[in-house]
Amino acid sequence: MNLVIFSGPPSSGKTSVILKTIGAFQRRGIKVGVVKFDCLYTDDDILYEKAGILVKKGLSGALCPDHFFASNIEDVVRWGNQAGLDLLITESAGLCNRCSPYLIGVKGVCVIDNLSGINTPKKIGPMLKTADLVVITKGDIVSQAEREVFASRVGAVNPRAMVMHVNGLSGQGAYELSTFLYDPVLQHNSVQGMKLRFPMPSAMCSYCLGETRIGESYQLGNTKKMDWTKEET
Amino acid sequence: MKHLTIAQLLDKYPFIIDFFQQNLLDVAGFENQTFTEYLSLMKDAAAEDIAVDITALPEELKAYIEQMRLFLGLGQDSGVNSLTILPGTDKTGAAEHFKRLDIYPSQIVSIVGPTGSGKSRLLADIEWAAQGDTPTGRSILINDTPPDPKWRYSPNHKLVAQLSQNMNFVIDLSVGEFLHMHAESRMVNNAGQVVKRILDGANELAGEAFQADTPVTSLSGGQSRALMISDTAILSASPIVLIDEIENAGIDRKKALDILVSQDKIVLMATHDPLLALMADRRIVIQKGGIYDIIETSAEEKNFLIKLEQMDALMQESRRLLRSGKSVTAASGMSFLQ
Repeated sequence: MNLVIFSGPPSSGKTSVILKTIGAFQRRGIKVGVVKFDCLYTDDDILYEKAGILVKKGLSGALCPDHFFASNIEDVVRWGNQAGLDLLITESAGLCNRCSPYLIGVKGVCVIDNLSGINTPKKIGPMLKTADLVVITKGDIVSQAEREVFASRVGAVNPRAMVMHVNGLSGQGAYELSTFLYDPVLQHNSVQGMKLRFPMPSAMCSYCLGETRIGESYQLGNTKKMDWTKEET
Repeated sequence: MKHLTIAQLLDKYPFIIDFFQQNLLDVAGFENQTFTEYLSLMKDAAAEDIAVDITALPEELKAYIEQMRLFLGLGQDSGVNSLTILPGTDKTGAAEHFKRLDIYPSQIVSIVGPTGSGKSRLLADIEWAAQGDTPTGRSILINDTPPDPKWRYSPNHKLVAQLSQNMNFVIDLSVGEFLHMHAESRMVNNAGQVVKRILDGANELAGEAFQADTPVTSLSGGQSRALMISDTAILSASPIVLIDEIENAGIDRKKALDILVSQDKIVLMATHDPLLALMADRRIVIQKGGIYDIIETSAEEKNFLIKLEQMDALMQESRRLLRSGKSVTAASGMSFLQ
């Protein structure tokens, strides 16, 4: 089985892109399953089911979604192998733009959309910077100039990635994307011992442990203060 | 690259300022250090705060310089002198009804066919420079040879620029700032001049004039379309332009096509509008996902086009008269069709 990890900001079009791409696999007789990670709610699993795709969803609830991903990916891969999948896609939203779920040795795809504005590539961290493939969506509703500026800025933060435009509605570009996601020779039987491409933020403070009160005396652990001395530029 | 200081690097490759900015690297004050030295001086906490992997950055800068050098080399060795489509099959698996279609710069080819007939697939084949490796089995040649892989993989080399009806400006800038930003990303030398040319071009297409300080988000539909077309013609890196209908309102469509072909673009235009379909030199007829026919616009059709253009002019003129509070009368020249 092949494992591919998709991530991207909320509402960037991940599910649409994955659905269109799986359509291309289904025509080739390749069995694909999806595990959808989200925080509080998702009904994308219904969309996948409707398209005849084997799907599981994982809601992180009270936990940080990326930590939740890291502690569940091993079971997810076991499930995919037991289900006899040829290709397993995990989909997760990068909620604060700081983390990334990609593993070394597993293809990572970042989906971002033109509508999010041309400064977005700068704002997204490792989720964009360490992806192997960057898929840009919603190119049909912004001007050509914005498409070009956006793509060139993606190229500046991640010069090694391949950048593709995919239309999640018409499916234009989805077949092309599919050709990079499946390699019959590659086998991901387990991800045990694999490493994240980029460490998650070292956050462990009193608020992580349920503190709700505001004030210096309640703040313990790894906290950080804004710098009020520097002049704004 | 290893031994050059940041100042020397910036001097040699001015565009890397963008790499530093986009990666939130503040190199001010470190110009006399090499990039690796600058990174080694950065504290771990600072690197974690901007979420960069210090060990990977020198390689990435190298990759970026390569990518941009390739991009800037555009024009010398990578002009597109011809686009060739070789046939594949339609959705039923039947062979397409043509042998080979060659399109040259400044030519306009329209694409006609019912919605869902496969226009998107044709466009995707061109955009992807298909090599018999897409569902249609079509192949694309550029300059009569299989295309350079850069047309697929590099973010700055996309074969096809698109102009579609649903396009909008989403950025919050004035027209002038917006065009300057695009010009900078394209690394043009005389940005000011180019911006002026685009603005003049756009104003020639749009019914109502606008200025460099007009915010792009407050342009009318016609003005936006005019600006997008002029900008795509003059500044886009892509040699092929695909148009998905040009709206009738507020823009001179004939001039719009003229400005695109005057910049040596290859223009493909999906349309249901007879006026536009006949303006093209040829039209591709799509059925069941395949190219069913390629029709040269005949002399008879070109004559008919003149009639259509008169009708169109009549519509435009009536619109103008009514808008300005006048009456549509024979006296205002509105009777020539009888």
